[in-house]
Amino acid sequence: MPEYPEKLNEMLADFAFVTDRSERAELLIDISEGFEPVPEPIATRPYPEERRVPACESEAYVWSEEQPDGTLKFYFAVENPQGVSAKAMAAILDQALSGAPVEQVAQVSPEIVLQIFGKDISMGKGQGLMGMVAAVQAAARRELAERS
Amino acid sequence: MTTNIDQRGYARPNVLVSTDWVAEHLNDPQIRVIESNEDPLLYTSGHIPGAVEVDWTRDLNDRLRRDYLDQAEFEALMSRLGITPEMTLVFYGDKNNWWATYAFWVFQLFGHRNARVMDGGRLKWEQEGRSMTREKPVYPPTAYKAQARNDEEARAFRDQVLNHIGTRQPLVDVRSPAEYSGERLHMPDYPNEGALRGGHIPGAVNVPWSRAVNPDDGTFKPADELRQIYEQEQGLSPDDDIIAYCRIGERSSHTWFVLKYLLGYDRVRNYDGSWTEWGNLVGVPIER
Repeated sequence: MPEYPEKLNEMLADFAFVTDRSERAELLIDISEGFEPVPEPIATRPYPEERRVPACESEAYVWSEEQPDGTLKFYFAVENPQGVSAKAMAAILDQALSGAPVEQVAQVSPEIVLQIFGKDISMGKGQGLMGMVAAVQAAARRELAERS
Repeated sequence: MTTNIDQRGYARPNVLVSTDWVAEHLNDPQIRVIESNEDPLLYTSGHIPGAVEVDWTRDLNDRLRRDYLDQAEFEALMSRLGITPEMTLVFYGDKNNWWATYAFWVFQLFGHRNARVMDGGRLKWEQEGRSMTREKPVYPPTAYKAQARNDEEARAFRDQVLNHIGTRQPLVDVRSPAEYSGERLHMPDYPNEGALRGGHIPGAVNVPWSRAVNPDDGTFKPADELRQIYEQEQGLSPDDDIIAYCRIGERSSHTWFVLKYLLGYDRVRNYDGSWTEWGNLVGVPIER
C-alpha cells in the first residue's frame, strides 16, 4: 500500500462517511468556494499549454514551486467559471498535498477522484479530474528524479 | 449581437426559448425547467428557481448494461420530477447546452414532444445576472404514462453504421480534430478516452459540435451560418440520411438537435455507441 500524506488520508476518511449524493455535492461546493487561483508572481495569462491538464473540460492548469523545506507548493487555475468540480479538486489537492513529503505525493493515485466524487461520476468528468491528480503526481516524480 | 430566435431562419424555431421567456414563465405550473450539466456539482451550487435536475449518469442510464433507462424507469423519473405528459419541458445546462440536448434527446426516445431548449443555456442566464437559488424544489409525484422507448427514429446502432458505410451515406464526427485524426489517443500521458484504437469511421466528415454556437453567450448560430458549415463546407443536404457520433453520444446529440430542429433535416440519428464502441470493436474499418 502506498503511504499517502496525512492530510489527504484525513480528507479521504471524511469523504468515506458521505453516502448521500446531495450531501457530497454540498461538501464539495463548500470546498470549491475556498479555491484560490494561481497568484501573479507564479503565472500570468495566457497560461502556457504545457501547464494545462489533459482531458480536463474545465481548462485546469497546474504549477508547482519548491519550498525552503524541500516540499512542493501546488498552484492551480480553472478557466471555466462554471468548473465547480475542477475548483473543488484543485482546493483539495492544494490543502492535502502542498507541503507534504514529496515521496508521498508521488505515490498518490488518480483513483482518489472516485473516493472524493463518488463512483458514479461520468467517465469524461472522472478522467479530467484524474488528470489533475496525475499532473500533481508527475510534478512530484520530476522533483524526485531531479534530486536523485 | 445575438438576434431574436424567430429572426434566425430556423426550421422549427419553437424548439428554442429565450432566457427572457423562461424568466417570464418561472411560476407557470404547466412548465417544468430541467437543468442537465456536464459538471455534477453545478446544479446544487445554484440553479434557475423551480428548476429540477436530470443527471445523466444517475437518471438516464441503465444501472447495469450500457443502455438508457426503460419505459418504467422513465415513468418513475417523470413522477419523481412532478412532470405530466402535457407539460412543456425546458432544458438548459452548462457547456453550451451540451448535456441539455443530450437529456432532450433521451426524452424524445420516450415521445415527450413538448420539449424546448433554453437558448444560451446556463451561461447566458448567469451573464444576464438573473436569479439563481440553491433551494431544490419538491413537486408532488405524478402518474406519467410514457410510450415504450422507441430507438428507431433518433438512435443508430453499430450494424446500421456499418451499413451506412457500405451505402456511402453521410456520417458526422463531432469530436475535436485531434480525436478525429486519432492523434489525441496517442498523445503521451493522455487518458485513452476508453477506446483501444484512434481515428474515425470511414467516410465521416468532421464538424466539432461547438461550431454551432456563439462562444460568447452560448446561443445557437442563425440558420444561414449553420447551413454554411454543414452544407456549403461539408456538403450535407436536408434530404440526407445522417448519423452523428462522438465519444459516447453526448456531443453528437447537440449536433442531432441542430440538424433536426434548427435546420429541419428529417432523417438524423445519433450513434450513442460512438467512439467508445467503434474504437473497441474487433474488425470494423477505421480511417485516420
